[in-house]
Amino acid sequence: MTPPESGTVRITDSTLRDGSHAMRHSFSVEQVRATVRALDDAGVPVIEVTHGDGLGGSSFTYGYSSTDDLELVAAAADEAKLAKIAVLLLPGVGTAEDLRAAKDAGATVARIATHCSEANISIQHFEMARDLGFETVGFLMMAHMIDPDALAQQAVVMAEAGAQCVYVTDSAGALVLDQTSDRVGAIAATVGPEVEVGFHGHNNLALGIANSVFAYRAGARQIDGAAAALGAGSGNSPTEVLVAVFDRLGVHTGIDLGAILAAAEEVVRPYMLHVPIADRPSVVMGYAGVYSSFLLHARSAAERYGVPTHEVLTEAGRRRLVGGQEDLLIDIALAMSDGRVPSGNGVVPQSEPEPV
Amino acid sequence: MTSTPTAAIVGSGNIGTDLMVKLGRSRALELRYVVGIDPDSEGLAKARAAGYEVSFTGVDWLLARDERPDLVFEATSAAAHVANAARYEAAGIQAVDLTPAALGPFVVPVVNLVENTEAANVNLITCGGQATIPIVAAVSSVTEVPYAEIVASIASRSAGLGTRANIDEFTRTTARGIETVGGAEKGKAIIVLNPAEPPVIMRDTVFCAVHPDVDRNAVASSVLSMVSKVQRYVPGYRLKADPQFDEPRPEWQGLARVTVLLEVEGNGDYLPSYAGNLDIMTAAAAKVGDDLATAKRAAVAVAP
Repeated sequence: MTPPESGTVRITDSTLRDGSHAMRHSFSVEQVRATVRALDDAGVPVIEVTHGDGLGGSSFTYGYSSTDDLELVAAAADEAKLAKIAVLLLPGVGTAEDLRAAKDAGATVARIATHCSEANISIQHFEMARDLGFETVGFLMMAHMIDPDALAQQAVVMAEAGAQCVYVTDSAGALVLDQTSDRVGAIAATVGPEVEVGFHGHNNLALGIANSVFAYRAGARQIDGAAAALGAGSGNSPTEVLVAVFDRLGVHTGIDLGAILAAAEEVVRPYMLHVPIADRPSVVMGYAGVYSSFLLHARSAAERYGVPTHEVLTEAGRRRLVGGQEDLLIDIALAMSDGRVPSGNGVVPQSEPEPV
Repeated sequence: MTSTPTAAIVGSGNIGTDLMVKLGRSRALELRYVVGIDPDSEGLAKARAAGYEVSFTGVDWLLARDERPDLVFEATSAAAHVANAARYEAAGIQAVDLTPAALGPFVVPVVNLVENTEAANVNLITCGGQATIPIVAAVSSVTEVPYAEIVASIASRSAGLGTRANIDEFTRTTARGIETVGGAEKGKAIIVLNPAEPPVIMRDTVFCAVHPDVDRNAVASSVLSMVSKVQRYVPGYRLKADPQFDEPRPEWQGLARVTVLLEVEGNGDYLPSYAGNLDIMTAAAAKVGDDLATAKRAAVAVAP
């Protein structure tokens, strides 16, 4: 029997970057080395290693890295035999100069992320990345917040600046099936064949894998996962499940299923500080369209001021906060404890449903 | 010279035009000239209607005036200011630079202008710097600040193409201002653009690392008194809550932390009120202009 689909997809594993959120940025050199060794042995082609908020993310606002990010990048580059090491950069948090140091540490893929409507703040960073000889990937974060055509226009800005691939980045885990494929399809139809399209999913509505399949079918050829789903919010699409599912669909990932299952089970799961699941705060984030990385910061602020985490997240969605505004979770929790912001269990989405 | 010092604005875009409205209210200096390069600009039309002497032929025209201004406000671009600065200085015109050119000393009017009234050229750092450095300075006037970090959130609509093309300049320059003017040993700045509609008002959060045994009341009252000083020239500058203190943590090298949550609403002179980030620049420029003009008159008064 012929498989229903064929072709290849490149998986980027973000356990050591998106997972950094869930680990409260506490990755050690030993954990990074063991993870890279296992992922590399399994055939994962790209491994991302950085503070969850990218180069320069170590801060009061986003949490301090217990080991310098560049030291972790260097350890990963040293450990990897075949895999490329990627780093993330958010303009406004890190600077183009940080890319130079990451290059020196051994990174070869630069992933540059902006809010979905703000692509033109990344132009100088793509130029620097290309000058330094990086392979380049653009991340349009919180991609649920603008419609497919508007997103495609932003993808063009990144492509013209030098991005070789542009991702639909579902930072809030808010996209539902066709909403993913419509966005991927719009970008693929707009940027032209020489620029790839990618998809980065979160599991807040338990759709990371399903959205990844929809993305592939709409033309995405780079897909992100994290071993054992270790990522912000209720985690990313588990890399090992992506491999199993794409294998069943006849789509080639080049990753050995047995080996990636072992990596997730034997290397990553034992060091996880918490298991990302679709609990109340996470589902609220997916439904209300909240940046997944807010989860643990909202929890800290909620505990500090004695208010419920999921209500802080609901208010963050109502205020339409974007990635990077973690500082305002303190503001929300404080205002809620003073009674300046009403509390309650109602959850509101940011937009009307997009019927198919 | 005992008359009121005179001023020119170079640059007739949004910033220059908002500044024109503010300088029009000044009692310390007299705005005389508004210079642009686009004959059809709305700013120049408004300047003409307001009765200022106007030209669209740039700085050459300004320097050819029989009565040159005492002060010039540069509201063009960093590149333009780099080209103009030496000519202003040669003509004896003191420059207040609103661009990121950073040729002259960094100034925040309520923090360090008094030390720089003689400088040929002063630079206003960044919008995030004008909003947050006063707070860092307020904390560092009471206790050592080994590290300060600020997050500025602005409405996407208020971020022009120049800012977007070089957002690293914002983070680098603001961080440097936090150190050199704010008095923190090390500074870090983060900027976030939020596209929500209706546009969001500028928000700024200032975090300072402080000694665990710091006198918290002294820090809080220093911050409060600084906020009221800034409010005198930026009426929409507000504390969202009392300064918040967090206990020391190992990942903070055993230091405690004070957090100051701010909001900056613009005055709505020419720019929309959500653009507190632009308003605080023009308001700071107007305040610097007033203070420099006052210093000039005082200098004349004591001259032999």
